[in-house]
Amino acid sequence: MRRALERISLIDVFMWIVGGSIIGIVLVGSVATIRSGQYSIRHWSDFLIFGVAQGSVYALIALGYTLVYGILRMINFAHGEVFMSGAYTAFFVADALSKSGFLGQNPLLGLLAVFAVSMATSVTVAVILERVAYRPLRRAPRLVPLITAIGASFFLQYTFRGFYGSGFKSYPEVPVLQGSWVWGGIVSIQRIQVLVIVAAGLLMLALYTYVQRTRAGKAMRAVSEDKDVAALMGINVDAVIVQTFIIGAALAGAAGVLYALMFRQVHFFMGFFPGIKAFTAAVLGGIGNIPGAMLGGLFLGIFESVGPILFLDGLGVPAPYQLKDAIAFTMLVLILIFRPTGILGERLARAKA
Amino acid sequence: MAILEVENVHTYYGNIHALKGISLTVNEGENVTLIGANGAGKSTLLKTISGLLHPKQGMIRLAGEDLAAYQAHEIVGKGVVQAPEGRRVFGRLTVSENLEMGAYTRVDRSGIADGIEHVFTLFPRLKERHNQVAGTLSGGEQQMLAIGRALMARPRVLLLDEPSMGLAPILVQSIFETIVQLHAAGTTILLVEQNARMALQIADRGYVLQTGQIILSDTAGNLRQNEMVQKAYLGMA
Ligand SMILES: Nc1ncnc2c1ncn2[C@@H]1O[C@H](COP(=O)(O)OP(=O)(O)O)[C@@H](O)[C@H]1O
Ligand SMILES: [Mg+2]
Repeated sequence: MRRALERISLIDVFMWIVGGSIIGIVLVGSVATIRSGQYSIRHWSDFLIFGVAQGSVYALIALGYTLVYGILRMINFAHGEVFMSGAYTAFFVADALSKSGFLGQNPLLGLLAVFAVSMATSVTVAVILERVAYRPLRRAPRLVPLITAIGASFFLQYTFRGFYGSGFKSYPEVPVLQGSWVWGGIVSIQRIQVLVIVAAGLLMLALYTYVQRTRAGKAMRAVSEDKDVAALMGINVDAVIVQTFIIGAALAGAAGVLYALMFRQVHFFMGFFPGIKAFTAAVLGGIGNIPGAMLGGLFLGIFESVGPILFLDGLGVPAPYQLKDAIAFTMLVLILIFRPTGILGERLARAKA
Repeated sequence: MAILEVENVHTYYGNIHALKGISLTVNEGENVTLIGANGAGKSTLLKTISGLLHPKQGMIRLAGEDLAAYQAHEIVGKGVVQAPEGRRVFGRLTVSENLEMGAYTRVDRSGIADGIEHVFTLFPRLKERHNQVAGTLSGGEQQMLAIGRALMARPRVLLLDEPSMGLAPILVQSIFETIVQLHAAGTTILLVEQNARMALQIADRGYVLQTGQIILSDTAGNLRQNEMVQKAYLGMA
């Protein structure tokens, strides 16, 4: 008994108190918010659907982090900029198609073109990034590619700022995506949210099938387990690594358009917060784990959308929604402390170089 | 006819001179063993032949062709296939998926299916567990899978790095029986072993490696009679 107690350090006790009080606040706040009756079911379903849409975008970006981590045990911190580069470049196509009226007359083809440009741009940026910034450092100590990734991230932000300017650009409206559907006055879903959720769902399904069922997908899993032995099977490891960056970037490029269609603006800095959030989602789900990134993204999106009001409104916090980022990162820190492996994944620190 | 020729190969790990001028040959259809103590450089030699390490000096030829220009994954396509030390199966892939990865260089679908059937007749245990992830197999089963996986590439030369390592005696026996069977069916084998007693019983010829150098080479029968080999590797007084 005594010895068991001795093994619990003061820090552990402190962390449990912190964790316990946060859970306490969340519970008290939630009960108070619900009892206040200020929010109807309609409100909650709005928050939930918004959260799912936002979370789908996080999930798509998170997959890029997790795929690259799975193969290289490296966090590609420039992935947010890969996302930005596609959405920002595709803005010009979307804008031109909108002004010429094409997007109104032929929305399917128009949107496909916007997606194609965005995904192609993101893929190009990611492939160059891998070749120029990461491949030469593959055998360097872990900290080196991390610093390079942060440098690449700034480089990309300021390059795109240089090319496209530093102001916000507003993404055009797509007429068919305006408006929403309502069921029974309770559930209302915007068309754009339907597009986001369905498109993200289909992309994730395609990715999962690719990784699980195809020869190339199996080779990807083999490389993520053991590069030398994968090479001994005749697998071209470099080609698989490039392919991984391509897939992650294509998903990020698609996510970029979905994000821009939802929030209707682009900017050279737009990759930063979604990037960090998606990284959080990937860690949340278990970095390196594909279903984990999907789950983590959805969870974070919903948590961010429902959480601030639910947890804080009843406590009398004046503008709870402004605290959504603080809440998201509090959750990240708590998860890293209490469950470093994330929901489904392997331990971040245990990963080999 | 010599199918694999290693000529004066020097391999380094940074400043560590691990192979100091290795020369050996393996003839078509032969079963050649390379024995040596822990740390002698056996795995280093196999990695150099497979192209995972690059010799600083020397040459490796397959059927007369210099392999220096090829990367590891291309050398597999040429027909030099290795089952690495410690089995190293893909633990999160199923048994069948591991075998598919072994056949990665092949495109003949029906041939691959036949190959899988062949591996399953060789190792019926793998057939029973074909949908199980390899990480949950026992050590012996993993070794069978590692050998089966290498066979899937239809090797012209099969490199086996200590297949008996860490196995219970009865499994060691069965792995060696499999090697004899493969050899009898015409597979050319270079077998690396610390278990010199067993290796010299089944091999045609052998080389003895000590601290990066070949110190002896002879027929397996003569090596078994060699006093130095008996003392140092067969544990006889
Ligand atoms: N990755 C490495 N880095 C540095 N030295 C190594 C490495 N791998 C093996 N060595 C050294 O090379 C020598 C030969 O090792 P190895 O080929 O693994 O021997 P064996 O397979 O005969 O047991 C040993 O002295 C070992 O310490
Ligand atoms: Mg060895």
